[in-house]
Amino acid sequence: MADKGASLSVAKPSTMEIRGPDGVRMELVVNGVSRVLHLEPRVSLLDALREHMALTGTKKGCDQGTCGACTVWVDGRRVLACLTLAITCEGRDVTTIEGLTEGDELHPMQRAFLEHDALQCGYCTPGQIMSAVALLNEGHAETDREIAEWMSGNICRCAAYPHIRSAIREVRDRKTGQ
Amino acid sequence: MRAISYTRATDVPGAVAAVTNDPGSSFLAGGTTEVDLLRLDVLRPNRLVDINRLPLADIEDRADGGLVIGALARMSEVAQAPGVVERYPMLSQSLLLGASAQLRHMASMGGNLMQRVRCSYYRDPESACNKRVPGSGCSALEGVHRGHAILGTSEHCIATHPSDMAVALVALDAVVQVEGVKGTRTIPVDDFFLLPDDTPEREHPLTPGELITAIEVPPLPMARRSLYLKVRDRESYEFALASAAVALALEDGVIRGVRLALGGVATKPWRAHRAEETLLGQPADEDMFARAAAAELAPAVTRPMNAFKAELARRTVVRALRTAVALRGET
Ligand SMILES: Cc1cc2nc3c(=O)[nH]c(=O)nc-3n(C[C@H](O)[C@H](O)[C@H](O)COP(=O)(O)OP(=O)(O)OC[C@H]3O[C@@H](n4cnc5c(N)ncnc54)[C@H](O)[C@@H]3O)c2cc1C
Ligand code: SF4
Ligand code: FES
Ligand code: FES
Repeated sequence: MADKGASLSVAKPSTMEIRGPDGVRMELVVNGVSRVLHLEPRVSLLDALREHMALTGTKKGCDQGTCGACTVWVDGRRVLACLTLAITCEGRDVTTIEGLTEGDELHPMQRAFLEHDALQCGYCTPGQIMSAVALLNEGHAETDREIAEWMSGNICRCAAYPHIRSAIREVRDRKTGQ
Repeated sequence: MRAISYTRATDVPGAVAAVTNDPGSSFLAGGTTEVDLLRLDVLRPNRLVDINRLPLADIEDRADGGLVIGALARMSEVAQAPGVVERYPMLSQSLLLGASAQLRHMASMGGNLMQRVRCSYYRDPESACNKRVPGSGCSALEGVHRGHAILGTSEHCIATHPSDMAVALVALDAVVQVEGVKGTRTIPVDDFFLLPDDTPEREHPLTPGELITAIEVPPLPMARRSLYLKVRDRESYEFALASAAVALALEDGVIRGVRLALGGVATKPWRAHRAEETLLGQPADEDMFARAAAAELAPAVTRPMNAFKAELARRTVVRALRTAVALRGET
């Protein structure tokens, strides 16, 4: 139920802790592993992953929400790590490209990207793959048009789009047994 | 990027009190505006009060046919909520045509109403900008203003309001529910967005610490056949150059009811009152559509780089109305 403002306004406001601006202790669960970090509240999830957890698979393109290179999942939903503050992820599940593999076994989408030559420089690729797997779970990949629309948040400077779409199609069709 | 402190709000009164009592603080929802502009040094809060764990994410169908959408419902959730898709397709489409799948998972409805303009001078602390630094001047007037507004402008600011969703909400006469230290108040969405006039730094009537809790969308049967048309430089992941939200009620080819609002061309989500008045009681034909579009754009003030927007907006209005008629034909 949404809060009913009127009834809540009579309730007594809680006092809430102020943390930072210096480094604060936070616990983040990334790829199923819990890690304790000391970071300033202003640190983005992207910088926390790359600079403080040595998880450099997630890329920094624009740092402004316009390219999709930093796509990760928070609680299973694809989001942009550059516009997410790490501290807001306490108690959430973060998944990065490093978390897609099962041991040494690549995820089917990673294999399809290799097989379909769905990259040139590869800089956008981790973001593309995190987005593509989420896309199939979201169920918006019926047609090429639909794939293009729902993958539009991942820019590829090398314009590998046709091959990215064929990789996605392959995983989609294998999944649905077509 | 400046250093900030952080507080996680656990209840609505606590969140409201925290920001009210600390004037340098701001709410943090999805962060897609706040974190972006913090990093660019355009917004300069010293503390962020994270409201993401507040129980304000429900989307409630009302028995009267209306909706109440929690301020923290995400754009992606609202876009696919059955009550929105069935009752207000224009709202669902305006959300789906905005930003990207990732951003829509992050961005909240309340944050969307509060998003800032995309004017490149506003986003650059080195440039003169009346909205960012009152009285410093407007760099866009003589600068690059291809994307800027042609309706509702003043000599102090010509920035386009960037929201798509808000265009649909203005067409639907939505109401914004707000919670402050003094209690609850409601603001019709058309009054929620202020014209720049000579105070472009004031974009909405909220006082610091007032929290948007929900958006009410009143029942509107004709909105079941409605649409949002967005024209832009590339087909996806781009702001509008011109857009239109339309709902029509027809009887024997005569327009008995119409809701029309424009995006991409005005300094606020633009309810097209002149066009609506022109259309009411008239036949739903191309001639009337063109007349309505011309009436709405008559007061447009263009500049060299955005002069094309007047014609683009007229054509967008005509095409949206034509499409709305076709939709009604489909049963
Ligand atoms: C690359 C990019 C492309 C985009 N494209 C589009 C587009 O095509 N169409 C479109 O419509 N939008 C677009 N957007 C804008 C996006 O929709 C907004 O940034 C988003 O809706 C803001 O919501 P948020 O929850 O992330 O807000 P935040 O960034 O968390 O907050 C925004 C502001 O609102 C305040 N705030 C947040 N919630 C509340 C509340 N409940 N009460 C009071 N104040 C509050 C915050 O203090 C802050 O000042 C785009 C953004 C980016 C980065
Ligand atoms: S158009 Fe508005 S936001 Fe842009 S520079 Fe001028 S005053 Fe600033
Ligand atoms: S680095 Fe996050 S979207 Fe570009
Ligand atoms: S492969 Fe080079 S940016 Fe996509």
